Amino acid sequence: MTVGIISKIHPVRSHSNAAQGGINAALNPDDSWESHAFDTVKGSDYLGDQDAIAIMCSEAPEEILHLEHLGVTFHRNDKGLLGTRAFGGASAARTYYVADITGQAILHVLYEQMLKYDDKIDRYEEWFTVGLAIDDDGRCTGAIMRNIRDGAIEVFRAKTVILATGGSGQIYKPTTNALVCTADGMAMAYRSGAALMDMEMIQYHPTTLLGNGLLITEGARGEGAHLYNAAGERFMEKYAPNKMELASRDVVSRAEQTEINEGRGFPDGSVHLDVTVVPKKRIHEALREIVMVGRDFAGIDITKEPIPIRPGQHYIMGGIKTDVDGRTDIPGLYAAGEVACVSVHGGNRLGANSLLDTLIFGKRSGAHAAGVAKSMNMPSVADSQADDVRNEIQAIIARDKSGGRRVSDIKDELGEMMNDKVAVYRDEEGLKSALEVVKRLQEESKTAWIDDAGTIFNQDVLGAIELGYMLDIAETIVMGAIERKESRGAQFRTDYPERNDEEWLKHIDIKLKDGTPTIEYSPVTITQWQPQERTY
Amino acid sequence: MPNYTLNIRRYSPESGEPAHWEKFEVEMEGHRPVLDAILYARNKVDGSIGIRCSCQAAICGSCGVRINGNPALACNTLLRDAVATAEDGITIDIEPMGNMPVIKDLIVDMDAVHWKKVQRVVPWLIPAGEPPEREYVVPHEAMVDVTQTMACIHCGVCVSDCLSMEADPDFVGPAASAKAYRFVGDPRDAATKDRLVHLAEDPSGIYDCTHCFKCVEVCPKGVAPMNQIMRLRRRATGDFQIKDRNNGYRHEKAFVNIIEKWGTLHEAKLLPDSYGEGLLGKLNPEAQKNLIGSAPTAIRGVLSGKVAPIKVLHHHKLPDQKKVKDIYEKIHGRDERIELNLYIVGEDADALEESAAVAVTEEGTS
Repeated sequence: MTVGIISKIHPVRSHSNAAQGGINAALNPDDSWESHAFDTVKGSDYLGDQDAIAIMCSEAPEEILHLEHLGVTFHRNDKGLLGTRAFGGASAARTYYVADITGQAILHVLYEQMLKYDDKIDRYEEWFTVGLAIDDDGRCTGAIMRNIRDGAIEVFRAKTVILATGGSGQIYKPTTNALVCTADGMAMAYRSGAALMDMEMIQYHPTTLLGNGLLITEGARGEGAHLYNAAGERFMEKYAPNKMELASRDVVSRAEQTEINEGRGFPDGSVHLDVTVVPKKRIHEALREIVMVGRDFAGIDITKEPIPIRPGQHYIMGGIKTDVDGRTDIPGLYAAGEVACVSVHGGNRLGANSLLDTLIFGKRSGAHAAGVAKSMNMPSVADSQADDVRNEIQAIIARDKSGGRRVSDIKDELGEMMNDKVAVYRDEEGLKSALEVVKRLQEESKTAWIDDAGTIFNQDVLGAIELGYMLDIAETIVMGAIERKESRGAQFRTDYPERNDEEWLKHIDIKLKDGTPTIEYSPVTITQWQPQERTY
Repeated sequence: MPNYTLNIRRYSPESGEPAHWEKFEVEMEGHRPVLDAILYARNKVDGSIGIRCSCQAAICGSCGVRINGNPALACNTLLRDAVATAEDGITIDIEPMGNMPVIKDLIVDMDAVHWKKVQRVVPWLIPAGEPPEREYVVPHEAMVDVTQTMACIHCGVCVSDCLSMEADPDFVGPAASAKAYRFVGDPRDAATKDRLVHLAEDPSGIYDCTHCFKCVEVCPKGVAPMNQIMRLRRRATGDFQIKDRNNGYRHEKAFVNIIEKWGTLHEAKLLPDSYGEGLLGKLNPEAQKNLIGSAPTAIRGVLSGKVAPIKVLHHHKLPDQKKVKDIYEKIHGRDERIELNLYIVGEDADALEESAAVAVTEEGTS
């Protein structure tokens, strides 16, 4: 059996790099996985599936040790043991970290391991996935790829396929997400018939830099930084008197947006994050990346001045519906990480739980997929699928530039509209108009044109394909948000401001049926934690 | 809003045309990054402009380019800073990084150069035996120390303008050397000596660096690759006494001895002394070969007036050579070598005051 890793960018460029603050695990003897699980359940606003959360939290300590043994340079305390920092929505300091480059450190160490096992893993770096191969029985049997370097279209046959393509943040503008986060995996699975779940659950991170929307780690607040409004008040006292700045992200983002909307923000539309209260030596050691972000992107010395911030699109809790082994609705197709929805994050993800989700369910998907692959023969994929893709790409390149719009213009309109209408506060009227815009853009995208007709590194044509992915997924996000007539986690409906467990303690699944997006419901798994009122 | 002219180096291997410059006008705030301007040109004017980019936050390492001749990330170089180094004060030249083949426009082949070099340093942790039941117990300072090299994003900016690599394309180079230190400095790694022997014996290894400081200057993440190369050398020589075939060990020793004795560099003595002290060094066949080889350089130096023949033969001591000696005595008097890591303490005055508390001490031979 061979394993191939296919990535549209070099793997160390992947967006896991951006996970700054850390990774959660109840590894301290005086902590417990049950406590971690409860915090996660509460953080999810009770929409997370408790069986999956139990698996994630109970397997977390072992995973941290595994990473440490592989070489991740985790922060040590003065005894030389793994040390932790505090993070939002957590009842104990259980976030393990590498300064504020935790994701980068983990990603790079895992890449080191890939190089170590070079003879066992085939790497396809800078190959773009154009579609999944599905056979007549509805089984996923591989994927159709474009080699970005020479434009060649190839069919990759596979006994099992795991999607680990990350999130969909580029549907929003601005976003903390990288340019590559264009919902590829979600869209391909959805088009192939897989269900997406809880797509309306979009996380706005409380601290993104005003202007360009760059991420300022939650670790800053974990290290003790404060939030202030223009009147100099630590406004979180009003919203979360116990946890203050370290309440769940949805709570803090809403608090900030309320301050801004009600005129207590700064004239530039920001509130301030004050890191100066953290000792300088500690800032240099633990928040180094943020020092650089302040210096390079805002012209601010964060050890001396507050940072103007506001909530910004950051993460999608929803994704391809999977079980706890990463299996989707489509046999042979798995998904793990932000692309998937197990669901462990429900309505709101806790900080430092995303790397954990990716690692735990990535590993479980891999183990399951390998087990299945061992007992089957290599399937075949009709070459006609590759021909279809070739024709499709040729058709995009051949589009008439005299009519229609530029691909990039449509993407910009989508992003700005989503950030306006499908954001922290939502209502029926805004969402319905958002759906109309998405549908119009879908139409316009069919004639949208590009400039590059080449084969070598034609990033232009990939952008057109990505736009199609994003528009399909944007539609499901808006549909989910219209459907869920309550406020839970990241979904706050000003027209339905209360959580409504009687009617809406359930997942919203969206599936393509005969080309039409169709809504279904599935139950939330509740084991030992009954829904309670959620305060911080 | 200010207006900027981007002058982008274009190359498309399919077109059959040679590389050329193309200008794009962009109206944008000066505090926006150069990458935003390039993307504006790509999104609004010509979608075929090729550049790798993703995070726009100096963390993915995709967008290394040369801006007005200097290698940098396009995403964290602001337009107003870029235009300040423009020759005509308005046109910002953007071209692909150096030392690597160009694939298209601003996209270079990092696999062919950078990643190959990274593979050369055995880039994974080699622990001794089975892992412990819990975590490895290692000093806090050691983990902070290697985090400096862990912070490398493999953007290739240091590789782009490495002078030694220009002269010797086989040179392992700044980024891969920093990656090597990430393991050499990691107390969990059990292959420290092997790694150092390998790097010292490699004819294009750590002794190939000529200390030009370019990589330290251009690294967007404070990795300071040359400093890591120097630390690898100190570990190789000071801790493991690795006497390499490249003569790096003896060269460094000769250098240190000359400064101790004269206070300034005695060029005429450095080469023979690098092969052994006194007459032994001069008679060494390798040294003779090198001496003869360097003769034209020396003659050119004399003819151009840069070198006075009397000084070659007769090197004067510094007037206050005693002070240099005092420094040596103080350093020799220490029990262990102290490595001051500016990455950790920062460079401002009050952080330096705290530096004694966080100076990283390196352990001796293990």
